[in-house]
Amino acid sequence: MSVSIGPALQLVIYEGAGSRRIDPVRRGELFRALLEKGYAVASVRGDVASVPAEATTLVLGQFEKELPGGWESRIQLRAIDGLGAAEVLDVVERFRAETEIPVPGKWKPWFPVIDYKRCTNCMQCLSFCLFDVYGVSKDGKIQVQNQTNCKTECPACSRVCPEVAILFPKYRHGPIHGGEVNADDLRRESMKVDISALLGGDIYSALRDRSAKAKSRFSKERDEDRALKERLNCLNKLQKEMDIPGEVLAALPSVDEIRARAEAAKVRAQNALAAAEAEELKI
Amino acid sequence: MMPEKCRILYCHCAYARVIPAEVKQEVLTKLAESDVSFDAVPDLCEMSARRDPKLKQVAESGDVQIVACYPRAVKWLFTAAGATLPEGVEILNMREQSAETVLHSILEVQS
Repeated sequence: MSVSIGPALQLVIYEGAGSRRIDPVRRGELFRALLEKGYAVASVRGDVASVPAEATTLVLGQFEKELPGGWESRIQLRAIDGLGAAEVLDVVERFRAETEIPVPGKWKPWFPVIDYKRCTNCMQCLSFCLFDVYGVSKDGKIQVQNQTNCKTECPACSRVCPEVAILFPKYRHGPIHGGEVNADDLRRESMKVDISALLGGDIYSALRDRSAKAKSRFSKERDEDRALKERLNCLNKLQKEMDIPGEVLAALPSVDEIRARAEAAKVRAQNALAAAEAEELKI
Repeated sequence: MMPEKCRILYCHCAYARVIPAEVKQEVLTKLAESDVSFDAVPDLCEMSARRDPKLKQVAESGDVQIVACYPRAVKWLFTAAGATLPEGVEILNMREQSAETVLHSILEVQS
């Protein structure tokens, strides 16, 4: 799934010159209804010149017979006299469909955000993530490049960041949600990194090793149940310690695929670090 | 958009339930009922991922009050979208502050 990069629809509730005021309670209902459906809405009480024109704009209002001049061509007007929130929403939806603007709200925006004040560009996140969420800028800086590849509700990469520099603004707990980082947080986060280290260096190694052991046991003892139990225990432990949703673990690719992706990510991280070092030497 | 007064940007965080519903509803209702012009966006995270040019405009205008969540998150969401917020921009946090506190801060600046 990819985020639509095309122009978003900008709505304006206009109550400036040439229009009649909207009842405040109704105004509140309109805002709520439109925002819940994923539309950006600006309230404009000034003149036409104060209407934003940076995107395709639909202006909603109770207009006088003589409309004020000065509207830009890409700004469309719709009268909403006497319409309730649901009816206004219909007007907006029709306009959106006519202008072929994508339906908003199809994607839950869950992705990491880097706090560059804390980030040391160590590339651990790049080498950890199996889903190509991270990339490197031309000047060798870690970046979040593929937000929609991120697995909803999974904050695992923030757990391996030694500097607590990765945020998920919609996460439940601090400091990952963006709250200030204190000494206790740093200690707690480093303990979590240690826990993953205890599992064998990194969690993919752990998964791989556990899987190999389980396979070996399976071949020797033909004890399918025991092998499965081992693997489940490992996954449960990871899930609990790193707050990884069950669906994400369930959706992980095969062990061979994990190994290939992890290796590729590590190579990318190493190359990026080498390039950054070379750049520093030049300077 | 509002040359005469500080611009207000309100984030509804429409795709998650991390902001207490009663706080955002109260803030939005009071903003809508007031006489101030404001910009309401469904979700700053989504705009950041889309690198919405509006974020750059807001950052460049400088004189803005942002009503959203944790300031550290908001600041870096803007940066991720290629829009650096100037130092000193007031970011009100509906995850931690009460609706009353948020509204008081807005109305104080607007008046």
